[in-house]
Amino acid sequence: MIFERRHIISTKDFSREEIDFILDRAQRLEPHARRGGLDLLKNRVVATLFFEPSTRTKLSFDTAVKRLGGATIGFDSSESTSVVKGETLSDTIKIIESYSDAIVIRHPREGAARMASEISRVPVINAGDGAGHHPTQTLLDLYTMRKECKKPIGDLNVAIVGDLKYGRTVHSLAYALSLYKTRLYLVSPEQLRMPGSIINYLREHGVELLETPRIEDALRETDVLYMTRIQKERFPDPSEYIKVAGSYRITTDTLGDVKNDMIIMHPLPRVNEIDPGVDSTRHARYFQQAFYGVPIRMAVLSLVLEKEA
Amino acid sequence: MNVSERELRVKPINNGTVIDHIESGQALNVLKILGIGNHTKTVVSVLMNVPSGAMGAKDVVKVEGRELEPGEVDTIALIAPRSTINIIRDYEVVEKFRVAMPKVVAGIIKCGNPNCISNSDEPVNSKFYVESAAPVLLRCSYCEFVLDKNIADHML
Repeated sequence: MIFERRHIISTKDFSREEIDFILDRAQRLEPHARRGGLDLLKNRVVATLFFEPSTRTKLSFDTAVKRLGGATIGFDSSESTSVVKGETLSDTIKIIESYSDAIVIRHPREGAARMASEISRVPVINAGDGAGHHPTQTLLDLYTMRKECKKPIGDLNVAIVGDLKYGRTVHSLAYALSLYKTRLYLVSPEQLRMPGSIINYLREHGVELLETPRIEDALRETDVLYMTRIQKERFPDPSEYIKVAGSYRITTDTLGDVKNDMIIMHPLPRVNEIDPGVDSTRHARYFQQAFYGVPIRMAVLSLVLEKEA
Repeated sequence: MNVSERELRVKPINNGTVIDHIESGQALNVLKILGIGNHTKTVVSVLMNVPSGAMGAKDVVKVEGRELEPGEVDTIALIAPRSTINIIRDYEVVEKFRVAMPKVVAGIIKCGNPNCISNSDEPVNSKFYVESAAPVLLRCSYCEFVLDKNIADHML
């Protein structure tokens, strides 16, 4: 399988075999994600260009590079860059590619990473383009399911809860899970349902799915409860937001009837979808999930920069 | 319609290309796709709302002195999929073909997503993959926005 110099833009660019290959690589690298000790990226420079703020994604890419013995350059907001002077992204990419061996980019516009990949001679890794894609998030979500669930991904019932209309994470995740034919519960308020085009895609690809506004319809059966944040600004009426957000809040009381080994995931940051009391239950995996961002990004970086693990 | 009326309306051209069976109302968009504008020196005739047996009404565009290639005209299929191209030499039709939907459409259609990178100040042309020809369904190569109606309204 050839990943050398390949751009990582969208989960949809990957076959199931390729995803499994990346997850396998992450598994081999995971012991080094805490203690380093590898030199796969020795003398390599990775540029992390964050035109939009991010905590986990930026820092976990930085950590991944350093654990592999590489160095990073970059910025974490466009305010300190030539963008404020009116420089185009195209020009920025043409310059940065000559300083680095790979470019990690987050940008507020959809399609920015794809455009960058058409310009850059070094591999571009999309770390989020507006409401578009965030492939390494999806990979780490799959990795979490593979590591933390007792069944193969294809045998799981996965409930995705919250804003399914605008959330880029959940769109990419749904596409990726369709490769495994995972059974889906899509739980959202009426106005934040998953777009019809994605639902059609999932059905056409043989995914069994249930759409419901009631989280109770999914709780008992699900193996993975994937929570997402519902943003206040999606609701014209604040009282409607409070009502909806409240109905999807997970507390220790909510977890009475769930499967013993059900796990709760969340791409974070959470606001109040998950009560902190849940953190200490056997179900919570969101912090572990955030950690898995490191081995996954180590795997992706080492693959595109072509060094065998 | 007698012969003299017919000649007045659709005068044969000596050499060039006749694009026939254009969906009524789309002739000006066809000119746009062909890049025919203020700086064009050749004679171009545009007929709109010509009565047509099969289509009810149609538009016709005649470009004199220029033989259009399939690659140049295929994008017309986006807005007028029934168009036929007639290559004329010495008043005779020497070649006739239908427009065929291209696989990729670049630089002609504006993405409907205002936050798409192709709608920014970047020096980048819009690019769409044609996912389906009938009905027309285009997917932006950058942001994956799907364009499936009023294609002509999105022309740059």
